[in-house]
Amino acid sequence: MKTIDQEKDLLSGLAANDTNAIETIYRENFATIRSFIIKNNGYPDDAYDIFQEAMIVLFEKAKSGSFNLSCQLQTYLYSICRRLWLKKLQKQNRYNPSIETIQEIVAVEDELELHEKKDKDFLLMEGALKKIGEPCKSLLEAFYIEKKSMPEIASAFGYTNADNAKTQKYKCLVRLKKIFFSKYKNKE
Amino acid sequence: MDENLLLDAIERYRNGQMNDAEKLFFEELQKNNPDIKQVAAEHSFFLDELENLSDQRAFRQNLKEVESRLRKEGAFSENEEQPKSKVAYLWNRYRRTIAVAAAIAGVISFSTATVISRYSENKKVAVITPLVDNKLNQFEHKLNQIEHKLNDATAIPAKPKFEANFRATGFLVDGSGYIITNAHVVQNAKNIIVENKKGDQFAALPIYSNTLTDLAILKITDTAFRKVSGLPYTFPKTTAELAEPIFTLGYPREEVVYGEGYLSAKSGYYGDTASYQISISVNPGNSGGPVIDKDGEVIGIISSKETNADGVVFAIKSKNIYTALKEIKKEKDISIKLPTVNSLKDLDRVKQIKKLEDFVYKVKGN
Repeated sequence: MKTIDQEKDLLSGLAANDTNAIETIYRENFATIRSFIIKNNGYPDDAYDIFQEAMIVLFEKAKSGSFNLSCQLQTYLYSICRRLWLKKLQKQNRYNPSIETIQEIVAVEDELELHEKKDKDFLLMEGALKKIGEPCKSLLEAFYIEKKSMPEIASAFGYTNADNAKTQKYKCLVRLKKIFFSKYKNKE
Repeated sequence: MDENLLLDAIERYRNGQMNDAEKLFFEELQKNNPDIKQVAAEHSFFLDELENLSDQRAFRQNLKEVESRLRKEGAFSENEEQPKSKVAYLWNRYRRTIAVAAAIAGVISFSTATVISRYSENKKVAVITPLVDNKLNQFEHKLNQIEHKLNDATAIPAKPKFEANFRATGFLVDGSGYIITNAHVVQNAKNIIVENKKGDQFAALPIYSNTLTDLAILKITDTAFRKVSGLPYTFPKTTAELAEPIFTLGYPREEVVYGEGYLSAKSGYYGDTASYQISISVNPGNSGGPVIDKDGEVIGIISSKETNADGVVFAIKSKNIYTALKEIKKEKDISIKLPTVNSLKDLDRVKQIKKLEDFVYKVKGN
């Protein structure tokens, strides 16, 4: 069993997208989750999908900083996976009310609600980026996601100087914002 | 202020790239200009979302890599997990096929019963019908037994029965799932279900409702709905002529009902120029049905009838649909494409109806 400090380290590693932390959590928890899912009407592949999604939930939580683990990490992950799996079964009309619980569980409804919202926003932004087309997409990704500097971008995209690249970037940004917000407000 | 400069300032402020004097100035600026404050708030939010995307992408990528590496390594060997028993595994896999087989068996026994009743000399029907039921029950019983034996009594739950308290008519204006009906039909509805001729039911949501024109547009949200093509009718923008023969399809009963009549006035109730007066026999439930001329053009949508007069019915002119679509485009950025090819022209009425039926839906709800 892990100590609280060890688990805290794992979580901060996760928030920093640290490969070792991810790997440790996988190694220590995946088998339990898989056996739960297979016992409840699922296939091994379902387990991989669910576990990945649960890891994303955990990542968001860890990153938010406000996360105080009030139970063991294992219990928490198990609770999330269980909830996600129930939801999936329900969606496919395969809900089994006698779903078996082999462990203690904690309430994770709030987390999942937040996750759903974040996931939607993520997809919305991905969609908006796709919609603005090239070169805007690459230009914005280079600056805001790959965090490249303006001079770097100017030479990579063939702009005469950083200022030109910057002007172009803002034009693209305004377009992206427009698309994003029109969808975002629509969604509300 | 130049917008680019403003955005630049917001980003630098957010990233902590401003010196103290700049920072102070910028904060002061925001305090005194609500507009700038608003832009700054919006832009910060947007940048948060972008950052979120960036983090998520990186994390998801990392996650996938770790997972596939561990899988390759055999960190979670697949064999240690014995999925229950093999039978249970197969049962899960073929459950659907078995259900289909059961359904077919049901149909066969039913049709056998029909044949028997037809050829039996006397009234054996009464005896035969319960027999059919029994057989179905036996089959179900067997299925249940198998399920119990497998210690996996998961009955696929039937869709909860939907209790509608109103019924009206609607029809597709765009094959990707947009249905037009009256605003008064869906006004107070909490749940809306549309049903096609075959009896397939789909959940739908109103995306537009205008009580003034009494038009509403529903979007089928059900994932079971498949896009349909070949809407056979078109929508003229011009006004139809007096005395033009017209007909309608609708759901005043559970079954689709055909009715015909003629255009009696170019304006509706109290001279309302947005609608026609038509003479046709309609009943509650016909609301939202198409009014179609002999060439298969939808000239209007049935909306109401005068209570104290016979055969005085009002239909909303179809050009109002164009206005509605424009408003939807503007407000929701949804483009609905009306059909442009009319395949009803020059067909006789029976054939026209055959083609039409598939696109006219029952609208139910509570």
